[in-house]
Amino acid sequence: MKKSFPVLTWFLPAVSGLIFISLWYGVRVVSGLQSWILPTPVEIIAAAVHEHTRLLAAAGHTALGALGGFLLAAIFGFFTSLMLGLSKSLRASLYPWLLVLQMTPVIVLTPIIMLWAGPGMPGIITITWLISYFPIVANMTQGLLSTDMNHVALFRMCNARRWQEVLLLRVPAALPYYLAGLRIAATLAPIGAIFGEYMVGNASGGTGGLGFLVYSYNTQIKIPALFATALTSCLLGFVFVAAVAWLNWAFLHKWHDSFEQADH
Amino acid sequence: MESVPPIVKFTSLQKRYGVGPVVLDTINLTVAPDDFISFIGPSGCGKSTILKLVSGLSPGSTGELTVMGVKPREARDRQAFIFQDATLLPWLTAQLNVEIPLRLRGRPAVERQTTARKMLELVGLGKVADYYPRQLSGGMKMRVSIARALTLTPQLLLLDEPFGALDEMTRNRLNEELLAVRSLSSFTALFVTHSVTEAVFLSNRIVVMAANPGRFYAEVAIDFPYPRRPELRGQPEFQAKVNEVTRLLHEVEISPSS
Repeated sequence: MKKSFPVLTWFLPAVSGLIFISLWYGVRVVSGLQSWILPTPVEIIAAAVHEHTRLLAAAGHTALGALGGFLLAAIFGFFTSLMLGLSKSLRASLYPWLLVLQMTPVIVLTPIIMLWAGPGMPGIITITWLISYFPIVANMTQGLLSTDMNHVALFRMCNARRWQEVLLLRVPAALPYYLAGLRIAATLAPIGAIFGEYMVGNASGGTGGLGFLVYSYNTQIKIPALFATALTSCLLGFVFVAAVAWLNWAFLHKWHDSFEQADH
Repeated sequence: MESVPPIVKFTSLQKRYGVGPVVLDTINLTVAPDDFISFIGPSGCGKSTILKLVSGLSPGSTGELTVMGVKPREARDRQAFIFQDATLLPWLTAQLNVEIPLRLRGRPAVERQTTARKMLELVGLGKVADYYPRQLSGGMKMRVSIARALTLTPQLLLLDEPFGALDEMTRNRLNEELLAVRSLSSFTALFVTHSVTEAVFLSNRIVVMAANPGRFYAEVAIDFPYPRRPELRGQPEFQAKVNEVTRLLHEVEISPSS
């Protein structure tokens, strides 16, 4: 297992990536499709270089919206879960409505949100928040309810107060669940921000974000640039996920079973 | 002679969950301060329930139960519970785990650290104080659990099959260590187990229980003096006691339930 590790993580993905790119070129050559329908990877890179000022500015803009919404979701998600996880009656009265909110596609709510929050950054942050909020709440609440009953009995035997049980037992026990929620939220936050920008155009200020670039390159039929935008979005998403993966590692690697193998 | 008040006193205690079947029926038991009592019996005989009642984690239905003269819950400050698994908090080091009972009582940090340190050394784990539970073996985890239970120097220790998951060598060694610790800090012990050898080695009294409904079937006195040496296990008197308890357990298993 240990010997094959680098082969699995680097060699095989590299091989499959090369095969994929060759296929890409093959299709382009054989089918005779034009650049504006299926650009080659080289054309995409060229477009990315050519448009790099706009792409970078847009990525920064999107990152800001995504981060804002993500942080709001992380903070409010934490406290909502505390309420839901610790009070049976609050859980019973609020959780069904949270589910209803979750099942409503945010796309339908967008015009309303823009109307209320304003079509700029506040609206985009609100959409991102809504999209990344639920997985955090669902996971963390589950975590608070999954506390080991023997641990609870131990605390009761020590005559622990309620706040001690919450702070010293339930919250730390739910931490891995919370982080799992954050991981899902991190993949959703850039999507939420890009979608919001797509809807409001450059009303969000400056040159607009990646979502606005998608809209504008599409109408200009700059297809290689559109692909370059996709590539940039992918990198942005990767940064988000990597940041949360790091948080996860920082909080859990010393004690959590999911990091057991890395230790030995 | 009767001047020493009992640590635990069951008087015709009955336990049932709601309107369900009777879990424990007519329990009468008086526990003296220097008792080490083991409860042994088939699964479902309610031996763990005995400990839950004494700790106040679960209330009795009818009859009376006093712990150190008061209701079980009110005596919690003077008792400690050791669970089937070590129930260590995985995100805390061994040291911080042992500190938990002191922390929950708001003791100052310095006192917590020195007491926990002392307890860990008592169970031979001074060197691994900064290890996390997942880095410890099953036996070590159980030692940490014992150290944690002893931080508040309880008068009464409740042990619910604490060594059940360990291999026999580790279990024997921990049995010896438990008695050694007890000779230093003298607590009354109520011990639930499946192992006859363990019960005979540790206790001065063994209560054999029957199931459906859970009840006391017989009591066996084990008169070997403390401190008990590991060699005791090899002696014929010891084996005779093991046989006696085993025979009682067989009777319980084949006897028709009432």
